[in-house]
Amino acid sequence: MKQIDLVIVGGGPAGMSAAVAAYDNGIKNILILERDSHLGGILQQCIHNGFGLHRFGEELTGPEYAWRYEQQVYERNIPYLLNTMVLDISPEKVVTATNSEEGVFQIQAKAVILAMGCRERSKGALNIAGTRPSGIFSAGTAQKYVNLKGYMPGKNVVILGSGDIGLIMARRMTLEGAKVHAVCELMPYSGGLARNIEQCLNDFGIPLRLSHTVVEIHGKQRLEGVTIAKVDENRRPIPETREYIPCDTLLLSVGLIPENELSKTAGVPLDRVTSGAVVDQDRQTSVEGIFACGNVLHVHDLVDYVSEEAEIAGKSAVAYIQGITAERTDIPLSTDGKIRYTVPQRITQKKDVTVFFRVADVYRNVTIRVSDGDRVIYSKKKLKVAPGEMESITLRPDQFADAKALSFALEVK
Amino acid sequence: MTYDVAVIGAGVVGGMIARELSSYKLNLCILEKAHDVAMGASSANSAIVHAGFDAKEGSLKALLNVQGSEMMAKTCQELGVKYKNNGSLVIGFNEEDMETIRSLYTRGVTNGVKGLEILDSDALHALEPNVSKNATCALYAPTGSIVCPYELTIASVGNAMDNGASLLLDFAVSAIEEDADAFTLKAEDGRTVKAKYIINAAGLYADAIAEMVGDTSFQIHARRGEYVLLDKESGNLIKSTIFRTPSKMGKGILVSPTVDGNLITGPTSVDIGEKENKATTPDGLAHVMRETRENVDGVMYNQTITSFCGLRAVGSTGDFIINMPRDRFVNVAGIESPGLSSAPAIAKYVVELLKKAEMPLEKDPTFSPLRAPMHAFREAGIEEKNEIIKKDPAYGRIICRCETVTEGEILAAIRQNPKPRDLDGVKRRTRAQMGRCQGGFCSPYIVELLAQEMQVPYESVTKFGGDSYINVGKTKGVD
Amino acid sequence: MVRELTCIVCPKGCPLRVELEDGVVKSVTGHTCPRGLQYANDECIHPMRTVTSTVLAKDGRVIPVKTDRTIPKEKMFECMELINATVIELPVTVGQVLLSDILGTGANLVATANADESL
Repeated sequence: MKQIDLVIVGGGPAGMSAAVAAYDNGIKNILILERDSHLGGILQQCIHNGFGLHRFGEELTGPEYAWRYEQQVYERNIPYLLNTMVLDISPEKVVTATNSEEGVFQIQAKAVILAMGCRERSKGALNIAGTRPSGIFSAGTAQKYVNLKGYMPGKNVVILGSGDIGLIMARRMTLEGAKVHAVCELMPYSGGLARNIEQCLNDFGIPLRLSHTVVEIHGKQRLEGVTIAKVDENRRPIPETREYIPCDTLLLSVGLIPENELSKTAGVPLDRVTSGAVVDQDRQTSVEGIFACGNVLHVHDLVDYVSEEAEIAGKSAVAYIQGITAERTDIPLSTDGKIRYTVPQRITQKKDVTVFFRVADVYRNVTIRVSDGDRVIYSKKKLKVAPGEMESITLRPDQFADAKALSFALEVK
Repeated sequence: MTYDVAVIGAGVVGGMIARELSSYKLNLCILEKAHDVAMGASSANSAIVHAGFDAKEGSLKALLNVQGSEMMAKTCQELGVKYKNNGSLVIGFNEEDMETIRSLYTRGVTNGVKGLEILDSDALHALEPNVSKNATCALYAPTGSIVCPYELTIASVGNAMDNGASLLLDFAVSAIEEDADAFTLKAEDGRTVKAKYIINAAGLYADAIAEMVGDTSFQIHARRGEYVLLDKESGNLIKSTIFRTPSKMGKGILVSPTVDGNLITGPTSVDIGEKENKATTPDGLAHVMRETRENVDGVMYNQTITSFCGLRAVGSTGDFIINMPRDRFVNVAGIESPGLSSAPAIAKYVVELLKKAEMPLEKDPTFSPLRAPMHAFREAGIEEKNEIIKKDPAYGRIICRCETVTEGEILAAIRQNPKPRDLDGVKRRTRAQMGRCQGGFCSPYIVELLAQEMQVPYESVTKFGGDSYINVGKTKGVD
Repeated sequence: MVRELTCIVCPKGCPLRVELEDGVVKSVTGHTCPRGLQYANDECIHPMRTVTSTVLAKDGRVIPVKTDRTIPKEKMFECMELINATVIELPVTVGQVLLSDILGTGANLVATANADESL
């Protein structure tokens, strides 16, 4: 069996950034396994701008952001295999993969970084009543058709879900000649970035119908229309508000799910809220030597943060392989519900720890409070927090050194 | 050319009959109105091989169900179709249910069902710990099994074609004329086919076909059945097929693993006037979920993969309608549940009927009942897989991530009888697009493979024929 | 007159409040950086946007492109017409100028991905 120090599953922004960080920190025997025919992952189809402001101080499109990292991979001669699908990862870090050249093969790794990304929630999970015609796509599938294949999935579009991909596709479809009739959002607020509502919907006069959902699909062969309805505070459709919109295309932007099928084969425990692995500050999962970063760990708003997180995983994997560690501890992190989750979910070493978290609703004038029992070890005020925007705070070891457990809470005035 | 036999309808019944007839020296064609085979009831039902305790004693349903159920394992093995003998349970919640279970037991024994047992609560829960704790008794049928209905249909039509049968798709029979020794079947699009014999296996439209030759002795109406299919993560919740004890309220919702490892729940049962309404309804889906939760604990509907509605062809006689209302014309109509279970036996029964009517039938020594399994690669070991990949590198390239389906398997399916011509056809044959992402990642690639193989433009590939196109055109270079 | 805007310069999406008098910006609040201030001014006087799309290559593929600086918002669709009428030769590299000074805006259309001559 081939022996490799560090196997990275996925050659998207997380995988590439982790590889570069690992290389620069002293591990050269790396292999990136990428299932698609190119590095860069989903960024290749995200041809809109808005990437890289944090990372590179300029606005880049998805392929340009990917290219910055591809170049770093090429410059370092970090080995990678394309069109290679990982089929299984064992808890002992034996990675089984397949491609056309080598067939099914196995690698014994010292450390593995999971960087498989996420997938879109599909129509099935929504259980929308009605017929099953063609013309219903997840927003990302439509994005692939339009931006990579050069084909138009339809001309008259309704979008369900105001996640960023849905908003971006509203603009893309409009610019390419389609008419977007409405974006429906089940919640009373959008899950997308405020600037995307501005530049993708408002710029083109596309109505955002908050607290609305699609309740029925019409059309026997190609989609002919959808019935939408307003929902009450329990998100149940209100029958009197039913409204028919003729359209040939329904795009779904109803959430992203980390793709953790492989993590499960490795026996990695998952967080019920994030659907990603439970990790420590190093992004190490509960299975020793297996790390996770990027959207497979939790869904990020910005690729810049993915790169940042992947660097942590890359560096930490090197430290793990080399047996370097700070003073150990074991502090679980918990949340109060207003804060939905934190990443990491536990702290295992006494060093600076940046904790990322997401809130459950839109709250104004809040205080973020971290406590160890009754003792508040950190607090910070914010004017506004929203589910669509990830927050982060950094804790120093002197703040949490003797803590037993840390609870994260949001105090709302 | 005049065919010896035209089989109308490429569902599981038409497919199994065509396969049986292809073992004789006959010139055979299968006429199907849809864009692919297995597009009617065979595309959307419970996927159950019933043991045979349900049908009334002495009925054709009872006879053919028990026979078909006994033939199914061998038939599936020959056709390379997945089949699993998982056993079935009819669970009861009270004394009234217990009485029904006793009468089902007696009926089953009369029908010739083997191995039936009545279980008490402890025995039931020892067998199926996740069956509702409120269930107090059950009828256990060890011969109950599961099979994939469209896989069986595709394989039987494919096997018939491999043995010389022709398949004409998009052929909606609109009129039948007759001269001295043959029928002329006219399609809506103007095509015609001549055949000496007709087998009417037209499902929901069998009454309309019969009427074309003057037989108005029965009617068919549609019974809607809505289903919710769950992710493979839920597939291990139960091993057996769990039925609710039938009551005045109907047969109730069943919960069953599928041969592919998913969990199927449903169906509702609503008789309707029209024959095309396959829309799911909020009430129907809610009903399926509510009743499933009453029967089995721990079913997680947030793991739903898809929901769908099937239409069952219900005959006006209460039993299967298999007869020859006139010379050289066979009705195989009203094949509602247990139609899938009965299909292999129905095929034999029809041949016997033809023999009795003195149709000249001579065995074809070149006939092979075997068909290469569609899922051979997926089940092969690593070394065997590598041999295949060495010969054909396309088997090393995964197209569908969720179900790990390779390009090689998809291309093989596209090239194998009966050839799929649309996305859903590839899905039913390979399971590509059938997983968690529902084709989100792989469908653009499968469109490409179909376009290449059929040598048609990318944008002309459809989901299931007709106007079910995927793309409306190119973004650039149009004007 | 007061206009409420959402800043699109970065993902923060700051809510901006602009006081205008006879079409002249009197004051801006809500921004948290100088670029936000600039955006507020531009948006009230002359809104500008980056356009991203794809162009057709000779071999039938589509190649992603963008305007290398913002162009007047009202010219977006005119810009799209120009993009749609363009067919490019391969290979191209990231940043390569495909059309110069689009519609007299001073912005160029540049490739945002590399593409070889043929696959």
